Amino acid sequence: MADMSIATGPVGTIGGPVDWKSDAMNARRKARYAADRRLQAYGMIAIAFALGFLAILIATLVYTGSTAFTQTMVRIDLDLSKADIDRDKLMDANWRAIFREAALAELGEELPRAAERDYFSMYTSSAAFLIRDQIIANPALLDGPATFVVPVSDPIDQLAKGLVQTDLPENQRRVNDRQIGYFEQLRASGAITQPFNWALFVNSDSRFPELAGLAGAISGSFWLLLVCFLISFPVGIAAAIYLEEFAPKNRLTDLIEININNLAAVPSVVFGLLGLAVFLGWFGLPRSAPLVGGMVLALMTLPTIIIVTRAALTSVPASIREAALGVGASKHEMIFHHVLPLAMPSILTGTIIGLAQALGETAPLLLIGMNAFITSPPAGVLEASTALPTQIYIWADSPERGFVARTSAAILVLLGFLVLMNGIAIFLRQRFERRW
Amino acid sequence: MTGYLFGFLALAALVMAYAGFRRGRNAAAGATAKVHSRPIYHGLNAAIWTGIPAFVFLLLWLLFQDGVIDLLVMASYPGADAMSGPERALLISEIRQVASGNIFREPTPEVTAAVAHLRHLQSLASWAMVAVVAAIAAVGAFLGLRAIESRFRARHSVERSVTWFMLFSSLVAILTTAGIVLSLLYEALQFFAKVPLAEFLFGLRWEPQIALRADQVAGQGAFGMVPVLFGTFVISALAMAVAVPTGILSAIYLTEYASERFRAAVKPLLEILAGIPTIVYGFFAVLTVAPLMRALGISLGINAAPNSALAAGAVMGIMLIPFISSLSDDAFAAVPRAMREGSFALGATKGETIRKVLLPAALPGIVGGVLLALSRAVGETMIVVMAAGLIAKITLNPFDAVTTVTVQIVTLLIGDSEFDNPKTLAAFALGLVLFIVTLGLNLIALRTVRKYRERY
Repeated sequence: MADMSIATGPVGTIGGPVDWKSDAMNARRKARYAADRRLQAYGMIAIAFALGFLAILIATLVYTGSTAFTQTMVRIDLDLSKADIDRDKLMDANWRAIFREAALAELGEELPRAAERDYFSMYTSSAAFLIRDQIIANPALLDGPATFVVPVSDPIDQLAKGLVQTDLPENQRRVNDRQIGYFEQLRASGAITQPFNWALFVNSDSRFPELAGLAGAISGSFWLLLVCFLISFPVGIAAAIYLEEFAPKNRLTDLIEININNLAAVPSVVFGLLGLAVFLGWFGLPRSAPLVGGMVLALMTLPTIIIVTRAALTSVPASIREAALGVGASKHEMIFHHVLPLAMPSILTGTIIGLAQALGETAPLLLIGMNAFITSPPAGVLEASTALPTQIYIWADSPERGFVARTSAAILVLLGFLVLMNGIAIFLRQRFERRW
Repeated sequence: MTGYLFGFLALAALVMAYAGFRRGRNAAAGATAKVHSRPIYHGLNAAIWTGIPAFVFLLLWLLFQDGVIDLLVMASYPGADAMSGPERALLISEIRQVASGNIFREPTPEVTAAVAHLRHLQSLASWAMVAVVAAIAAVGAFLGLRAIESRFRARHSVERSVTWFMLFSSLVAILTTAGIVLSLLYEALQFFAKVPLAEFLFGLRWEPQIALRADQVAGQGAFGMVPVLFGTFVISALAMAVAVPTGILSAIYLTEYASERFRAAVKPLLEILAGIPTIVYGFFAVLTVAPLMRALGISLGINAAPNSALAAGAVMGIMLIPFISSLSDDAFAAVPRAMREGSFALGATKGETIRKVLLPAALPGIVGGVLLALSRAVGETMIVVMAAGLIAKITLNPFDAVTTVTVQIVTLLIGDSEFDNPKTLAAFALGLVLFIVTLGLNLIALRTVRKYRERY
């Protein structure tokens, strides 16, 4: 027992007994515990920093993006029965002039030139064509007074949402006092509404924020992922089965393994260069086409799928393989009838996560020209199109004020798709994945 | 038309699968000897014979059709033999433009004749393609069906085809790497034919403008990559300065201090940071972080650029936190329990155990993770494309704007690009540098991690 109390330490003589309850020892212990708590606090701060950033990121996007989910519309009553329109050639009429005259007639007063310009710049510049499209869909609107609802232009939309600082001097804002006056009149008469912005999902890209939508980008992303899936899923599974079950251990398979691991870490922009030089340059495939983008994304997703599939295949117990072989199945039958179906939930989970990564990938798509200005959704994999991330890039670069909110809204839509895909993956994992 | 042809092939294969199935079943029904394969394998075999050769042939045809037609058109064009390569390329693209209806000026009679020839060849080629592909499919179907009898080993035949497909699939990884290396090298070598290698590697000026006219002043531009590489490392260093301490500290807290429930709740939240697309970070950096950093710089009395390196670096660092955190997590988990418990038994506090035992033991793994994260930072594109600058500058001031390799690649190649001017080719040379740097970092990182794993 006496030996136990003999210890060496900075306090007390070497070899002599230590008074553990001395003030010096207490202070030392306190300092040591304080150091421990400090480290713990640093860890907390680090986590709080990372999560706080995540919260600020999401909150900022929701805050700036939420305004884009509604669109200020204006109701306008027009009597087009007397207008100069040939009913057999509705497309050919001079709709701008017709709209202008009908709107002025409705206003009931002659406006000076500047005032007239201010008045009409409150409507989206495509108002006449939106009215045309409604009339082509329903020619009966020409018979008498009719009501049309069109979006207001971007500055007025900002004004309606309270994003214009009206106390600034007139020449420092994009809405002048006269327009504010008109707008207040319209609002007082109940002509202004702010419904949900369906155009965001129905329209394709446009130079005008009030008309720009994501339909083209969403369908482009759909085609991209379809091509990516159709290539990377079968090829990835086949490669994984070969490497896991059939490949002899030789230098070729070693080389393949090293390659797969390296490809997983190659920067995405390099894949874009590959697509540009090989698919566009040497094979002569069309620029901006979802086919090319999907092929590039498939090459990027392939390592993920191969790695996931190999892990899933090895986790199937040997007893199942042996049972299959024991009742006379060939090796192929053993794999395709028994092992692969059992591994499929994990493979699907990994594939969906891989596709979710591919959905957010931007840089390679920029290099193969998927940032073009395209105003209609692509009808197939060979037509020029944009994708959700490249559309975000285009809008983020656009100077109009309304595109800031729309960029955030597009990001929210993209994040929504990612959450959905990851949710499906988690569901599959929890519902179907078996642990042996 | 090509789309219909693919559809036709798929349909034909399906029909043949059914026909083969029926025939295999009938053969089995009338057989006196032992039957080898089940009917479904006969069907699959017939489908493979019908579809695959024709499909492969169709792909090859589509690949070479345009090139062959160009050659034939040029062969019949008067005086084409005397033309240089670029002239021929220009002429071909003019002929193709006119053929597809985009006429900018009245074409010469020679071009008109060539266009007619081109159109003729194109229609000929498309009909020939349909005929040949259909013939191959028909021959395949005939052979596939004829082979069916009760003793035919259809299953072996199908399994052989499947094995070949699997072997080919696993070669795709090698083909991709080879494609990357070859395409980068090919274009980069063309670049080095115009700009000397030494100037590219050691030049201190990066001004990739090209002359619109030959006699334009300062039109040649300068292609020294040192400032670009320097900017890349400034931003990467800033990113690592944010990510490394935060990542390691959060890993320490999560593995050593946090309760099981806290860890289960926080770890997935941290992983979300890694799952957010980088373009989102880029937009956030421009929208929120960059103005903040500018305000910070100005309040410190520094003339901060609106697209400062600090904004891009900081946001990139946050993106990398979960990456470093989860790799350090693995490294801590790999330290044997005995070491941790030995330290506790000697009376060390948790903090002392972490700093004096766990951290040194896990260091190689952490270093490997940091190197992998650094390679990510170097190759990261969208954050810097949106938030960093375009002008190459050698500066250590984090409030100044610098440019990176990836930014230059994207800005040089965005929009229409021709493969014959140094500006476009420079992007491929930069891509080659990027590929080599990230590959080197990855190899070192993997080696560090592997070496470490062998020790315990």
